[in-house]
Amino acid sequence: MTDRNKAAPGEPSEVELLLPWYAAGTLDPDEKRQVEAALASDPELASRYAWVRAEFAEETSIGEAAGDPSLDDARALFAKIDALPVRRRQSSFGFGERVAGFLASLSPRALGWSAMAAALAIVLQAVVLGGIVLHEKTPGSYQSASVPTATPGDGSYVLIRFAPAATAADISAFLTGNNLSIVGGPAGGQLYQVRVAPTKLAADELSRIVAKLQSDKVVGFIAATQ
Amino acid sequence: MPTTSDESLIARIAQGDRPAMEALFARYRIPVFRFLMRMVRNETTADDLNSDVFLDVWRQAGTFEGRSAVSTWIFSIARYKALNALSRRPAEELDEEKADTIMDQADDPEVALAKKDKAAVLRHCLLKLSAEHREIVNLVYYQHKSVEEVAGIVGIPEATVKTRMFYARKKLSELLTEQGIERGWP
Repeated sequence: MTDRNKAAPGEPSEVELLLPWYAAGTLDPDEKRQVEAALASDPELASRYAWVRAEFAEETSIGEAAGDPSLDDARALFAKIDALPVRRRQSSFGFGERVAGFLASLSPRALGWSAMAAALAIVLQAVVLGGIVLHEKTPGSYQSASVPTATPGDGSYVLIRFAPAATAADISAFLTGNNLSIVGGPAGGQLYQVRVAPTKLAADELSRIVAKLQSDKVVGFIAATQ
Repeated sequence: MPTTSDESLIARIAQGDRPAMEALFARYRIPVFRFLMRMVRNETTADDLNSDVFLDVWRQAGTFEGRSAVSTWIFSIARYKALNALSRRPAEELDEEKADTIMDQADDPEVALAKKDKAAVLRHCLLKLSAEHREIVNLVYYQHKSVEEVAGIVGIPEATVKTRMFYARKKLSELLTEQGIERGWP
């Protein structure tokens, strides 16, 4: 443990201040290593981190529950833009970029959950795995903070960030072997929403599943959500 | 599928490129809306502000100097809009919010049941944080903004970002204690 970890009585250490960003996966590699070393050697800090993870999971639930903008928002915005004085217009955009933009704009509300759930889950999973393959080939490619996310039904869900070393094949095997379905993501920080059961499980049962999945090398971070 | 960078889109928007604006809007409309919802807690207001944010992006793209990431710039516009809307909120609306908080103190059957579920209580307390604390908690946990990015969005030094997040968490602890859950420091 370094001097940065030591704090005056009643004051948080530098490492403790960084725990929320560690949970969110937004620390630089040096800070991340520092936090991991501190967590490994300080059981009290590790127990506080359990609360940080819980906060992270609940704030994520709140964010997802905020819903989507109205379906009319694009029309409203561009009506306002059209009312402004005309600037030089260009139309140099490629078809692929426009398709990507369209896909990103699809909201779960627009898609309609009830009839589309199964199909959407399969498509999202394929897209996600395809995205992982692309990500392996194109490091630094853009990931949005929030992309189409299927609205959960009555099932049980977790948030997973896959280990950086996990390949698309590893992840595919992990999902198949554990009977899991990716239903949304990735949100920022490469978090995927994954359905672990088609019904709402008791908290104890869900915790047991989370603990089991956590032990898989494919998983970098996992937290139960609702 | 390769994706055009935010910076490239902004450069095109500055030239009046509407498809570029459509792409940037598609990319950010949901995260910005959800940030606004967390701040103003009203769907209609959040929708209106979301539209205003992107109208500003269209108008001001030519002034974007690239000193921060495009997403930082967009969220800083959204934050300003949200705080402005909160400051204009009618007094009676604020009173209703305070009344909700006071009513929350009482242990009606629903709350008593919720107390059995730690996650539900934690979520309940997160919802009760002040705007200043909601803002930083959402940016860090939900929007996955780094310390540097939050500093850019909120306009405070990085050291202050860390301590503000800590005090938001400390406030959360106090709210949890009020609900009968003692988690210690913070």
